[in-house]
Amino acid sequence: MLQLKILFRNAFHNKLRSGLTILGITVAVLAFGLLRTVIGAWYSGVEAASASRLVTRNAISIIFPLPIAYAEKIRQIEGVKLVSWGNWFGGIYIDEKNFFPNFCVEPRTYMAVYPEFVLSPPEKKAFLADRKGFVAGRKLAARYHWKIGDTVTLRGTIFPGNWDFVLRGVYRGRDETIDETQFLFHWDYLNETMKRVSPRRADQVGFYMIAVSRPDLAPDVALSVDRTFKNSLAETLTETEKAFNQGFIAMSGAIVTAIQMVSFVVILIIMAVVANTMAMTTRERIGDYAIMKTLGFGGGSIAVMIFGESLVIALTGCFAGMILTFPAARAFSQTLSTYFPIFIVSAQTLWLDLLAALLIAFFAAIIPARRAIRVGIAEGLRRLG
Amino acid sequence: MAEPKRSIVEIRNLSKAYHRESLAVPVLHDITFDIAEGEFLALMGPSGSGKTTLLNLLAGIDKADSGTILVGGVDITALSETELAHWRANNVGFIFQFYNLIPVLRAVENVELPLHLTALSRRERREHAEMALRMVSLEHRMDHYPKEMSGGEQQRVAIARAIVTDPTILVADEPTGDLDRVSAEEILTMMERLNAEMGKTIVMVTHDPRAAKRAKVVRLLDKGYLNDAPAQNPL
Repeated sequence: MLQLKILFRNAFHNKLRSGLTILGITVAVLAFGLLRTVIGAWYSGVEAASASRLVTRNAISIIFPLPIAYAEKIRQIEGVKLVSWGNWFGGIYIDEKNFFPNFCVEPRTYMAVYPEFVLSPPEKKAFLADRKGFVAGRKLAARYHWKIGDTVTLRGTIFPGNWDFVLRGVYRGRDETIDETQFLFHWDYLNETMKRVSPRRADQVGFYMIAVSRPDLAPDVALSVDRTFKNSLAETLTETEKAFNQGFIAMSGAIVTAIQMVSFVVILIIMAVVANTMAMTTRERIGDYAIMKTLGFGGGSIAVMIFGESLVIALTGCFAGMILTFPAARAFSQTLSTYFPIFIVSAQTLWLDLLAALLIAFFAAIIPARRAIRVGIAEGLRRLG
Repeated sequence: MAEPKRSIVEIRNLSKAYHRESLAVPVLHDITFDIAEGEFLALMGPSGSGKTTLLNLLAGIDKADSGTILVGGVDITALSETELAHWRANNVGFIFQFYNLIPVLRAVENVELPLHLTALSRRERREHAEMALRMVSLEHRMDHYPKEMSGGEQQRVAIARAIVTDPTILVADEPTGDLDRVSAEEILTMMERLNAEMGKTIVMVTHDPRAAKRAKVVRLLDKGYLNDAPAQNPL
């Protein structure tokens, strides 16, 4: 108990040095937490993917379309519960900087395949009834102050022209991991317009979303779908939604790896800073430790005090950093919501913060503790004199 | 005729050298002497004569190169580091020149520190520590930190810490070396009382004749040799 008291008082004895070290750890944990959250945001689409959903696209590349006629054939494959489809629309709202994902989808089936997009029954009914209607995620509607009934115009890039839509519903995510920044409208609206202005591009979809009756059927269904369209003009590639989303992330894998490396470098740097603090503090107290050894305390007791002091400093900084991560992440999320619609400090990030703090405390104290244990009592007492 | 007192410390053929790189600097040469139970011994000698080294060896905080030291019948030169630490906790009370209190602990906590290695309960530890502080007349300073006390008061706290475990011997290394004359006299009187009233065996290293004068026996060390026969204090 008294040892505990000594290590706590020692930890804060030199207030300036301890304060600066704790501040350093706080900033490092904050940076580490934010970087891990960025990585988490990158993977949020993968995490939110369902194991019982498949994505079918053109085998050559996602930029090549598939015929709408495939829908009926896919529906007849055993294990398929629902089939929906859509296109990446790529429209711009007023200015290119106002980026948000916008898709045309087959609304009835899409809402069934994606139950995590929660829409009130009246809004759903209004959306289904209006071919020019669209639904927006809660965050997207809030960002541009859209209200039900507002007309929103997107400038088409893949599908040229100005496209007018009427907001018929605002969906909410079933939980906080669901993207609430999407803009969804009727595939029929696009298709009918294409039939008029560019018939060659009509009756085509960018992807099919398939809900399977049981997750364990997904691999077989995927094989069956691709086998069905083998040797056709548009061969398909079917994969789980998770694999599909991971494919997108793989394109930016180098960036994610760089962020991961930076997050660990931050921890290594702060580990060196804390080790320096512990080395200084142990050198100053070598006499105190010699006195304790003189009184009969063993090397183990001395080591416990040094590791304990390191732990107190590291955990104080860690908890301060963890607490600050939340408002920092909120500010970060508000500023960069265009790029990171899901920016949540996960429990895993907090556990990693804690683990990093424990590692910092442990490794920073190894050499000082070893030195304090090995120094002879007479030598230690001489330093006091 | 009074019965001779039994020896509490028996030192035989003790030698010690310090090693600097390949060079060995001899500090103690073949020291042999006894310290009787209840003795108040002053070890005197010029700087570098080996007084503190001898004190460290018989207190078990340094290792001899050769020879034996028996304290209360235990050959401490044969003990391992762990056994030696345990032995020190039970048998030796230390008083240093610079008091050597733990700066982040209050007076009563400093005195209580060695009791954490005993089986005493928390309440018993506190009672013992308070009693030791009362014995050195510092009951009014129990909750003060070392930096809030004078040198003399800090040394009294150190004495309380040294006696709180009721050790076999008290070793004091220049206990008055950092004190003004009045405080030094107080400390020496206190040590005299511990020896006379409580029968504590005290070994004190000093180069101050005034301090040595208070001891019952004075031994002289010069260049690592004990060069006198045991005698009553000639000072």
